[in-house]
Amino acid sequence: MAETMGLVQDVSATPSRVPPIVQVDDLHVRFVSKDATVYAVNGVSFTLDPGEVLCILGESGSGKSVTLRALMRLLPRKRAVINGRVIVDGHDILSLSTSALSRVRGEIVSMIFQEPMTALDPVYSIGEQITETVRRHEKIGRAAAEARALELLELVQIPSAKRRLKAFPHELSGGLRQRAMIAIALSCRPRVLLADEPTTALDATVQIQILLLLRQLQKELGMSVIFVTHDLGVAGEIADRITVMYGGRFVEEGPTTAVMRDPLHPYTRGLLASTVHGQMHRERLRTIEGSPPNMEMLPAACSFAPRCRYAVDRCLEGVPDLHRPFPNRSARCIRLEEIGSMT
Amino acid sequence: MSADSVAAAQAGEIPIGQLRSRGYWRSVWVRLRRDKVSVACAAVLILIALSAIFAPLLSPHDPYQGNVVKRLAPIGTAGYLLGTDELGRDMLSRLLYGGRVSLFIGLFPVFCALIVGGTAGIAAGFIGGRTNMAIMRLMDVFYAFPSILLAIAISGALGGGFSNVILALALILVPPITRVAESVTTQVRSYDFVEAARASGAGTWTIIRVHVLSNVLGPIFIYTTSLISFSIIVASGLSFLGLGVTPPTADWGLMLSTLRQAIWINPYAAALPGLMIFVTSLSFNLLSDGLRSAMDVRL
Repeated sequence: MAETMGLVQDVSATPSRVPPIVQVDDLHVRFVSKDATVYAVNGVSFTLDPGEVLCILGESGSGKSVTLRALMRLLPRKRAVINGRVIVDGHDILSLSTSALSRVRGEIVSMIFQEPMTALDPVYSIGEQITETVRRHEKIGRAAAEARALELLELVQIPSAKRRLKAFPHELSGGLRQRAMIAIALSCRPRVLLADEPTTALDATVQIQILLLLRQLQKELGMSVIFVTHDLGVAGEIADRITVMYGGRFVEEGPTTAVMRDPLHPYTRGLLASTVHGQMHRERLRTIEGSPPNMEMLPAACSFAPRCRYAVDRCLEGVPDLHRPFPNRSARCIRLEEIGSMT
Repeated sequence: MSADSVAAAQAGEIPIGQLRSRGYWRSVWVRLRRDKVSVACAAVLILIALSAIFAPLLSPHDPYQGNVVKRLAPIGTAGYLLGTDELGRDMLSRLLYGGRVSLFIGLFPVFCALIVGGTAGIAAGFIGGRTNMAIMRLMDVFYAFPSILLAIAISGALGGGFSNVILALALILVPPITRVAESVTTQVRSYDFVEAARASGAGTWTIIRVHVLSNVLGPIFIYTTSLISFSIIVASGLSFLGLGVTPPTADWGLMLSTLRQAIWINPYAAALPGLMIFVTSLSFNLLSDGLRSAMDVRL
C-alpha cells in the first residue's frame, strides 16, 4: 500500500527535461597522510535539477560534508585526492584553473556553514562583509555595494536591517548571525547554494525559522540547494529529494515523502526507527547496533552489512549495485525485494 | 542629505555609506579611555617620552660635564635638583638624557623583533607543513637558552656598544613573538570564516590580507607591547653588567651600575635610575594589560 503511494508520487514528480545544474559522476575523495589513507567518498553520482532541493542525510563521518566541499573544490589541496567528474552549471569544477574557480565560487555556487559564530569574521561588520564579497565579484562602487547589502539583509528578513549593517557578529543572536551568513552567501546571486548543516547549531525554534527562510528564498530566487544534515526532521522539512549516505556511498535515494514513509535500505529503516519522530509514547526507540565503518579500510562489500539485521553471506561478496525497484528511487542493497516482503 | 541623516539618527538608524564610521579600533579606543589605570600609564609614558625627546631643552646642566667639588650631592642641592653622581654630573640632566638611550634601546629591538618574528610566525602558521616545521624548530633552538643568558652571550661575543645591544635584544625577542604569531595564525586559519571566504571566491592573498591579518595583528601587537618592559629591563641589565652601552653615555642601566658604589653615601640619588626603569616598565606592562582587555571585545 505504502509502496504504491510512493510510486504514484514518483510519477508526478518526474523532472522535466531541463539539463541538470549539478552533475556528479563517480566522485571519489580520499585523504592521504603519512599514517593513513581515509576513503571518505567512494563513488558518488547524482544530478541536481535547477530549482531542486536535495538533502544528503547521514551520520558524522559518512562523507556528506566532504561530498559537499568537493563540489566547490574546498578540500585541502595537498591531502585530498579527488577523482571523478563534477559539473556545476557547465563548469568542470575539478579541472578549473584557480582564477576561474574563484569566479565560480560565490557567483555560481556558494555555501553556508554550520557554526554562524565562527563563519563570520569577528573584526568586520556584517555590512562590510557583504560589500567585500559583492565587490570581489562585481565592479561596482562602495555605495552601490552597500545598497545591495541592505537589500540582502532585508531579503533574509533581518529586522531593522539598516542598523544591523553596522553590527558586528558578536552583537547578533545565533539566528540573526545565520541569516547574515545566508545574506553573504546570496550576495552574488548564486545558482546553487550548498548548506552544510546550517541549522544544527541553532535552537529548535530558530531552526524552523531558518528552514522556512531557506525554502522561501530558494523558491523566490529559483536556486538549487544541496542541504547536508543528520537530522531526519530537518530533511523532511526542506528537501524535494533525499539521499542517504553511509560509508562514503549513497545507499538510498528518492523523493522525500517516499523515502520517509517507505524506506528501502535497511540503514534508512534503522535511521527512521531510531528517531523520536512518529513513535508512540513509551515505545522504546530502536537503535542501530554497532558503529559506523572505519573509513581507513573499507571492505569491498556492503559497508552496512556488519550492522544489518538482514545481512547474509552474499552481502559480503561485493559492493552492492544500485537497485531501482521504482522509477526515481534507488538503493544499494541486494535483498531489497526480500526485505520488502519481510516487513 | 543632512535632513535625511537627522531623521535616520532620530529613528535610531544610521545612513548607509558610512559603514566604517564606527570601526573596531574606535571601540577599542573608547574602551581604553574608560580604563583609568591605562590612561594614567599612558600619561606617564608620554611624559617620560617627551622629557627624553626634549632633554636638551629641559636639562639644567651638561649631562657629561662633571663638577669634582660637588660629587654625590644629595637631592635638593641648590642648582642640582636631583643631586649629582659620583663624578659630580647633574642627575636630572643625566636622567633626561638617559631616557633617550634607554627608551630607544627598549623600544627599537621590540619593533625589529615584531617585524621579523611577526612575519615569520604568520608565514609559518599560514603555510603550515614543512615551512612551519623549519621556522618553528629554528626558534626552538633559541628557546633552548634562557633569554637573558642568550642576550649576555650575544653581546659578550659581539662586544658592547649601542648597535650590538640592539641586535642582541632583537634576537632574543624574535622567538617568543614568532611563537605567538604562529599559534594565533594557525588558530585563525582553522576558523570557518577563512573557509567561508574561500567559498565566496577569495584568493589566498585576499584571505591573508583581509581575514588573517586583521584577526592576528591585534593579539600579536598586545603580546609585543608586553615585551617592551622586558626589553628595557634586559637592556638595563646588560648595561649594568658592562655589556651594553659604554660610559660615559647616559643610560639608566649604566647609571645604576656606576652609582651602586655610592649607595651608602647618597642612597636616594643612586636609586633614581632604578626608579625610572621601574616606573617605565611598569607603565608599559599595565598599558599592555589595559590594551589587551580593551581589544578583547569579540566572541
